[in-house]
Amino acid sequence: MTLMEFFTTHWLGQLIVIVAQCLAITVPLLVAVAYMTYVDRKVWAAIQLRRGPNVVGPFGLLQPFADGLKLVLKETIVPSGANKVLFVLAPMITFATALIAWAVVPFDDGWVLADVNVGILYLFAISSLGVYGIIIAGWASNSKYAFLGALRSAAQMVSYEVSIGFVLVTVLLCAGSLNLSDIVKAQAGGFWNWYWLPLLPMFVVFFISALAETNRTPFDLPMSEAELVAGFHTEYSAMAFGLFFLGEYANMILLSGMGAVLFLGGWYSPLPFAPFTWVPGLVWFALKIAVLLFVFSWTKGTVPRYRYDQLMRLGWKIFLPFSLLWLVLTAAAIQFLG
Amino acid sequence: MAFLDRTARAFLLTEVISGFVLTLKYMFKPKVTVNYPFEKGPLSPRFRGEHALRRYPNGEERCIACKLCEAICPALAITIEAEPRADGSRRTTRYDIDMTKCIYCGYCQESCPVDAIVEGPNFEFSTETREELMYDKQKLLANGDRWEAEIAANLAAEAPYR
Repeated sequence: MTLMEFFTTHWLGQLIVIVAQCLAITVPLLVAVAYMTYVDRKVWAAIQLRRGPNVVGPFGLLQPFADGLKLVLKETIVPSGANKVLFVLAPMITFATALIAWAVVPFDDGWVLADVNVGILYLFAISSLGVYGIIIAGWASNSKYAFLGALRSAAQMVSYEVSIGFVLVTVLLCAGSLNLSDIVKAQAGGFWNWYWLPLLPMFVVFFISALAETNRTPFDLPMSEAELVAGFHTEYSAMAFGLFFLGEYANMILLSGMGAVLFLGGWYSPLPFAPFTWVPGLVWFALKIAVLLFVFSWTKGTVPRYRYDQLMRLGWKIFLPFSLLWLVLTAAAIQFLG
Repeated sequence: MAFLDRTARAFLLTEVISGFVLTLKYMFKPKVTVNYPFEKGPLSPRFRGEHALRRYPNGEERCIACKLCEAICPALAITIEAEPRADGSRRTTRYDIDMTKCIYCGYCQESCPVDAIVEGPNFEFSTETREELMYDKQKLLANGDRWEAEIAANLAAEAPYR
C-alpha cells in the first residue's frame, strides 16, 4: 500500500486527512478572530481620534495574545445558584456552533471541507443553533441581567433570521442551487456579475440582519452595558467568557464569509483579467471577508444602540415585508425576463 | 408628499450613509491622544501634585513647625510634632502626611509662611502598598531635594500673583 492509497482508502488515513483539514481551517480562523479584536479596537480608536492598543509588541500587534493569556490565567467562577452543567456547556455550544459552520464554506474552487448540496441550509441551521448557547447561558447563570439579555437575544435572533431566510431564498433563486460552491460559480466574472449589484437591497438587508444575528451595534441589546451589565455573559469570567467572545467574533467572520459567498462572488477576482486573476482565489475571498469585517467595526464606531421596540419594528414591519416583496419581484424577473 | 419623501429617504439610508461618511472622515484625522508614558501633556505652574518639604540654599530646612498646615488641613492628613533643637531654633521632630487622606486642595502650601511645604509637579508616585503612601519627614525632604529646581521655577512663575 502506497502512502497515497493509505490516505485515500484506509480509515485511519482518511481520519488523519480530515483532522488536518479541520485544523487547516480552524487555526487560521482562530488567529483571524484574535486579530479581529485588535482591528476592531484600532478602527473604533481611529474613529474616536484615539490610538488604540499600541504598547504590546510593534503597533500593539501582540495585544490579542496578551488578552488571551490573561483570560486563560484567570479563575472561572461558577455562581453558587447556577446550574453548573449548563453554565459550563453554554459557552462551548456558542463557540462550537460558530466553528462547525465553516465546514461548508468554499475558500477557493474545490477548497471546501464538506461539499454538501444543501450547504446554504446547513449554514442557516447552524447559525440559528448558536442562539441556544446564549439562551442556556442566560438561564443557567441564575441572574436577572443574564436572563433578560438571553430573552432579548433569542427574540432578536428569531426576528432577523426570518429576513435572512428570505435573502437566502432570493440568492438561491438566482443561482439555482443550494450548494455554496455552485452559488459562487453562478457569479463567475467581474464584480458587475456578482449578486450584490442586482440584489443590492437584499445585500443591505443581509448585512443589517447579520449585525443583529451577531449581536453587534446597533443591535447589541443582549449585552447592552448601560442597562444589563454585560447581558447574557454577565456571570462569566476567564476562559468561559473568552469562549463567548471568540464565538461572537467567529460568527462575525462567518457571516462576512456568507456575505462574500452569496453576494461578493466568493473566490473570484473583481476584474476578470490578467494581473488580478494571478492572485489566488483564497486571497480574494479573505480580502472580501476583511472588507465586510471592516464595515462591521465601522458600524460599531458610527451608530448608537437601537431601542428594543425600534429593533422589533425594523425586523418585523420593514425587513420582513420588504424582503418578501423583493423575493416575489426577483422570482417574477427570473420567470419573465431570465 | 412629506410621507413619500420621508419613506424614500429612510429606504435609501441617506442619513445613515452620511453618518458613515462622517466617521470615515474622522478615521483619517490626526489623533488627539497624548501617548502618555512616552509623551506628557503640559502642567500648569499651579499644579498640585506630590508634596515636598523644601530647604534653604544652605541646606537648612525651611519648616519652622508653626503647624498652620496641620491646622488648616481639611482632611487631617498632616501630623506634626516639634521641639526646640540644640541651637535653640524651633524645628519639627516629626512631619507626616498620610497621602491616602490628602485631597490635594493645596491649603497647606497656601498657609505656609516660609514656603516649606509645597505641592510639586510630580503626579506619578503610585505605590504597590498602602504603607508606602504614609510619608514621613525624611521622604518629604527627599522629595524636596529631588524636585527643588522645578518647584522653585514654578514658585517664581507664580510669585507675581500671590
